[in-house]
Amino acid sequence: MSILLDSTTKVIVQGITGREGLYHTRNMKAAGTNIVGGVTPGKGGGTIEGFPVFDTVAEAVRATGATASCIFVPPPGAADAIMEAASAGISLIVCITEGIPVVDMTRAMLVVHEHNARLIGPNCPGMCTPGQGKIGIIPYQIFTPGPVGFISRSGTLTYEVVSLLTAAGLGQSSCIGIGGDPIIGSTFVDYLKLFEADPQTKAVVMCGEIGGSDEEDAAEYIKTMSKPVIAFISGRTAPAGKRMGHAGAIISGNTGTAQGKVAALQAAHVPVADTIFDIPELVQKVL
Amino acid sequence: MKIHEYQAKDILARYGIPVQPGRVAHTPDEAEAIARELGGPVVIKAQVYVGGRGKAGGIQFGDTPEQARASAQKVLGMDIKGLTVEKVLVTSKIDIAEEYYLGIILDRKTQSPVVMISKEGGIDIEEVAANMPEKIIKQPIDMRWGLRPFEARELVARAGLPHHTIAKAGDILSKLAKAFIESDASLAEINPLALTADGKVQAADAKILIDDNGLFRQKEYAGWAETEESNPLEYEAKQAGLTYVKLDGDVGIIGNGAGLVMTTLDMVARAGGKPANFLDIGGGAKAEIMYKALLFVARDPQVKGILVNIFGGITRGEEVAKGVIMAQSDLPKGMPIVVRLSGTGSEEGKALLKDAGLEWGRDMREASEKIVAAINARGTQTYTASRAPESRIE
Repeated sequence: MSILLDSTTKVIVQGITGREGLYHTRNMKAAGTNIVGGVTPGKGGGTIEGFPVFDTVAEAVRATGATASCIFVPPPGAADAIMEAASAGISLIVCITEGIPVVDMTRAMLVVHEHNARLIGPNCPGMCTPGQGKIGIIPYQIFTPGPVGFISRSGTLTYEVVSLLTAAGLGQSSCIGIGGDPIIGSTFVDYLKLFEADPQTKAVVMCGEIGGSDEEDAAEYIKTMSKPVIAFISGRTAPAGKRMGHAGAIISGNTGTAQGKVAALQAAHVPVADTIFDIPELVQKVL
Repeated sequence: MKIHEYQAKDILARYGIPVQPGRVAHTPDEAEAIARELGGPVVIKAQVYVGGRGKAGGIQFGDTPEQARASAQKVLGMDIKGLTVEKVLVTSKIDIAEEYYLGIILDRKTQSPVVMISKEGGIDIEEVAANMPEKIIKQPIDMRWGLRPFEARELVARAGLPHHTIAKAGDILSKLAKAFIESDASLAEINPLALTADGKVQAADAKILIDDNGLFRQKEYAGWAETEESNPLEYEAKQAGLTYVKLDGDVGIIGNGAGLVMTTLDMVARAGGKPANFLDIGGGAKAEIMYKALLFVARDPQVKGILVNIFGGITRGEEVAKGVIMAQSDLPKGMPIVVRLSGTGSEEGKALLKDAGLEWGRDMREASEKIVAAINARGTQTYTASRAPESRIE
C-alpha cells in the first residue's frame, strides 16, 4: 500500500515533448511509473520515444484512461494546464512549474475543487512511491520501500532527509514534496489524513519551513491522529519580511516564524528535530 | 515587488479611483513648480519603500509654493529607516473629515484575495486587527466574478461607513479589486480612504505590492523596479537571475534549493557561525553559474569565507567543482571555501576539488563546522571585495 500513486496508476505528461518534460518522462518510466502518453498542443497524433502524444488532455484521457498527470508547462500556461487536467477528469495532478502568478492559481484552485481533483504543488518536486513509481523530478534512487510517510515543502531538503532515512534502514511508504508557493493544491493536513488511513504507513516525517500557518494547522490535526509524526522546521535563522527563495517562505509580522511552528508542534506532543541528522533516531524511537 | 505611493496612486487613477492631483519632484525647485501649478496648500510626502514616514518627519506641508520648496528641501536627502529620500510626492492638501481603511490581500487559507474594510482608517491596520478585530470586515473574493459592485457596497455598509459614502466607497472598493486582479498584486491598500469636509471620498494614501511571478506580463510595472528597494546587492542579484538575500553575518552560503539553503543557514548558526547571505543557484546549474555565484557572494565585504552545499540531482557535482575551481583565482586571496557535494557526480567533483587542494565536508554538518573553524582561525582579517563576475562571464 501507499498513498495516491502505485505501479498501476496511469500517468500522462503535459509538456512531454519539451526538453525537461521528456528527460523526466524517461526517469519516471525508469522508476516504474506507468506512463501511458503525453500532451503537447499541436503535436497530437505522433509518438515520442514510444509514448503516444495528444493535443489535449481530454483526448489523452479518452484514449488511455489516464487518472494522473505530471505538468511541465512554463509559468504563463501552467495554471491553464492545471485547469485542463482537472476539467478532463484527471484526479491526481502534479504541477512542477515554479513561478506561476498567484492570481492564476486562485482561479485554477476553483476548477480543481469543482472537479474534486487533487493537486500536488505547484513549485514542487512531485511524489514517489518507492519501488512502484514517481511523478515529478524526485530522484527515485534514494528511496527504499518501508513504513515511513514523508511530506516536505522543499525539494532538495527532501532528498537530503530521505537519504538519511534510507541510510538508517528506514524505508518509505510514499513521499511528497507539497510545494513552496503561497497557494498550493494540498497542504500538510491533507496528506496527513491520507497517511493516517494508509495501512503501510506507521509514522510520518513532516519537513516544514517559515511562512504561512500550514504547520500550525497540521499540529492541530496531529492531536487527533493515531500514528506518530516527527517534524523538522527550516528557516530558524531567517529574518522577517524576506522571501527565502520559495515564494511562500516569508515571515509576515508575527505569522510564519519557525519558533511559532516549533512551539505549536511541541504543544501537540510532536517531536521536533533540531537538525535533519536527528530525524532518523526520532523515527526509530516511535516505530 | 514594492512600488511607491505615487505609482500605486497612478494605478488606482487608471481604474477611476479618485486621488488628489499631484506629481513627483526630485528637487526643491521641481516641488515649488508643482505646488505653483496645483495652486493652494500642498503636502510633501517622501517616496521610500518603508512605512512610518510620517513619524520620521517624511511628510511635510506647504501653504505657499515657497513653503513647499522649503519642505521639499527638508525631506529630500532625509534618511528614513536606512533609506535615503530621493523623491517626494507633491500633492494637493485635502481637508479630511473621516478616515477609513480598504485593503485587499492574498490569503493562503482561502486561496483567494480577501477584502478587508474598517471604519478605523489612517492607522496601522495590524494594530486594529490585534486590538479590535471586530472592527475589521473580511470577505474572500470569488475569483469567478471578481468583486461585484453590489458586494462591494454591502461590505462597506457592513463596516459601518456612513450612508452618504456607501455608493462612492463601494465603487472605489470594486475598482480596487479590479486593479488588484489585473495588476497581479499581492496587496493593495488605501489607508486612509478619506472622506473630505466637502463630501468627497478619495484615496489619500495607497500601497500596492506586485507579485514577482506576475512581472513577466506586467512589463510596465517591472520597469519600475529600483535599487533602493532593498540592498543594492539584492537588486543586482535579481537582475542577474540569482535568488539572493543579504543577511548580517560573515559566512557566505550557496546551495541548491530554497529549503536546503535555509537549512544550511540554520546549520551554520548551530556551528557558531553567522550567515552572510542566502543564495539558491536552483536546479541544473552549470560551472559558470557556480563561478558567478561565488564571486557575487564575495562582493559583500563582510564575507570572510564561503560554504557551498549541493545535493546533486539535476545539478552535477563535477560542474559545481569546476565552477569553484574557476572562481578560486578571482576570489580574495586566502578566503576559505568549503564544499559539500552529494548525489549525482559527487565523486568526480570531490576528485577535482582534491586535486585543486580545496576543502570539502562529508555532510552539511561537517562542512558547516569546517567553514566556521576556518574563519575563526583566520581571525579578523578582512578581504577586499572580489572582481565583478561580469569580468569573466559574457
